[in-house]
Amino acid sequence: MSNQENVLNKDILNTEVTIAGVTFKNPVMTASGTFGSGMEYADFVDLNRLGAVVTKGVANVPWPGNPTPRVAETYGGMLNAIGLQNPGIDVFCKRDIPFLKKFDTKIIVNVCGKSVEDYLEVVDRLADEPVDMLEINVSCPNVKEGAIAFGQNEDALSNITKEIKAHAKQPVIMKLSPNVTDITKMAKAAEAAGADAISLINTITGMKIDINRRTFALANKTGGLSGPAIKPVAVRMVYQCAQAVNIPIIGMGGIATAEDALEFIMAGATAVSVGAMNFVNPYTTIEVADGIEKFMIDKGVKDIKELIGCVK
Amino acid sequence: MKQKVKATVVSQKELVKGIFDLWIKTDLAKEAHCGQFIGVYTKDSSKLLPRPISICEVSDDFDALRLVYRVTAENSGTDLISKLNAGDEVEIIGILGNGYIFTDIFGESLEKSMDSNVVLLGGGIGIPPMLQAAKELSAHGIKPTVIVGYRDSNMFLNQDLTRYGTLLIASEDGSVGTKGNVMNVVDKLDKKPDIIMACGPMPMLRAIKNYAEAECEKGHEVSAFISLEERMACGVGACLGCVAKTKNVDEHSHVNNTRICTDGPVFDAKEVEI
Repeated sequence: MSNQENVLNKDILNTEVTIAGVTFKNPVMTASGTFGSGMEYADFVDLNRLGAVVTKGVANVPWPGNPTPRVAETYGGMLNAIGLQNPGIDVFCKRDIPFLKKFDTKIIVNVCGKSVEDYLEVVDRLADEPVDMLEINVSCPNVKEGAIAFGQNEDALSNITKEIKAHAKQPVIMKLSPNVTDITKMAKAAEAAGADAISLINTITGMKIDINRRTFALANKTGGLSGPAIKPVAVRMVYQCAQAVNIPIIGMGGIATAEDALEFIMAGATAVSVGAMNFVNPYTTIEVADGIEKFMIDKGVKDIKELIGCVK
Repeated sequence: MKQKVKATVVSQKELVKGIFDLWIKTDLAKEAHCGQFIGVYTKDSSKLLPRPISICEVSDDFDALRLVYRVTAENSGTDLISKLNAGDEVEIIGILGNGYIFTDIFGESLEKSMDSNVVLLGGGIGIPPMLQAAKELSAHGIKPTVIVGYRDSNMFLNQDLTRYGTLLIASEDGSVGTKGNVMNVVDKLDKKPDIIMACGPMPMLRAIKNYAEAECEKGHEVSAFISLEERMACGVGACLGCVAKTKNVDEHSHVNNTRICTDGPVFDAKEVEI
């Protein structure tokens, strides 16, 4: 072991991970909705260093999102109810994809919709675009139609997964909601319907009351809780899903440090996404990627795959 | 370029109850202009998000920023920031937002605007950015009329403001200046404003927008640039938390929403629905 430690250095570490035939230079990604399409963070982060950029959810047409206030800080976390504001797939293809193509990172496009047809329209539109994977948002808790409605019922999830798989040219990740009784049932339903991978967790539905104004902190009343406060819930769910399905898992929920990311990886995640912490410390993704390498060198781990799901 | 950096506290004092005056040393000051803001972090890791605070003044050597802010509640982020002492380190992110951009407000040739009646309006904790605005205007040879509104006689920054403009005061309780708000002072001006730069509570900003529109209808063109506030998370335009409704479809969002943190916080009043 000591011999191995002596020869280990950054150059011979293997941090590559592969999901559904797509190889990522490292397992660090951005959680959808927390990184735009990377433009806003390019001042802070060398996007070439990221395993992938997972974009903000995009629909077939522009969505205006919810009224403000849309965000509220909570203890060790935050609530959001943005409502999937997005410029629509046409603008996205013209502006965001060309921007991301300038960088040596993988592109995962998060797709949202109000109906199955909406999703399929976006999936079809992306068929000939240079994107590496699709992540299907069936778990946003902040919109009245679509999204989470497809992610809280096994039949609905199975149906939309099959429909999307029948249309998609790229591998499909189904993004799961923690707002269910048993997330492993959803994971199994997605797997059985042909999903190539799953990502979890989306935000946990929460509420904050503004006691001075005697009203809700968010105009939407409820919002999705994210940030370090939710990490133990997310790690638990990743572990449970890793025991339940054979398709790869992208883990997320409150990752702030490399140690947090390693918890997810050891619990069974092949890759991890940094979400709300991008808002707090825009350098988080790079710090996590560097920290994982340092951990591997310190512990004599040559290949990150040795760590994936090593805790049973 | 936006950065998250460590700054050093130069000094801090309480101006009047609950309003603090903080000077921090940072290289980011070189890039700072009136109407822009920074995010200030606390050391309490349960409070994740940076607190957006407007720039009150840039030091003459461009090496320090002055923040004048209100403590919102006990144990709040601003309460923790108010306990920083000289020599303490504080993390900040900046410089954020588009402030009062003079080329947008006056056009390319500032000299042509020398005869314009430029009026700055600050209400309550919206007063601080007016100091840097007045300072930058004065550097361009423009002496603005500065109208500030306080709740009562607990005034702050009034001495500083007199250095760069003609100061007029309103107070809600009438204990100093005109009884009422800044608009009551505007109504009494001998010469109507041509250009308004404003920051303050939403009812004040709405009144300014309405005033500018009413004046325009009467044939007197008034350009009003107002600084909006909203709950923010990232501060850099990614999260879409802090949006304002826009009259026209926004160039970036492709819906009638604009990002206050990035496309603002200062907007032409005509362009936003508030």
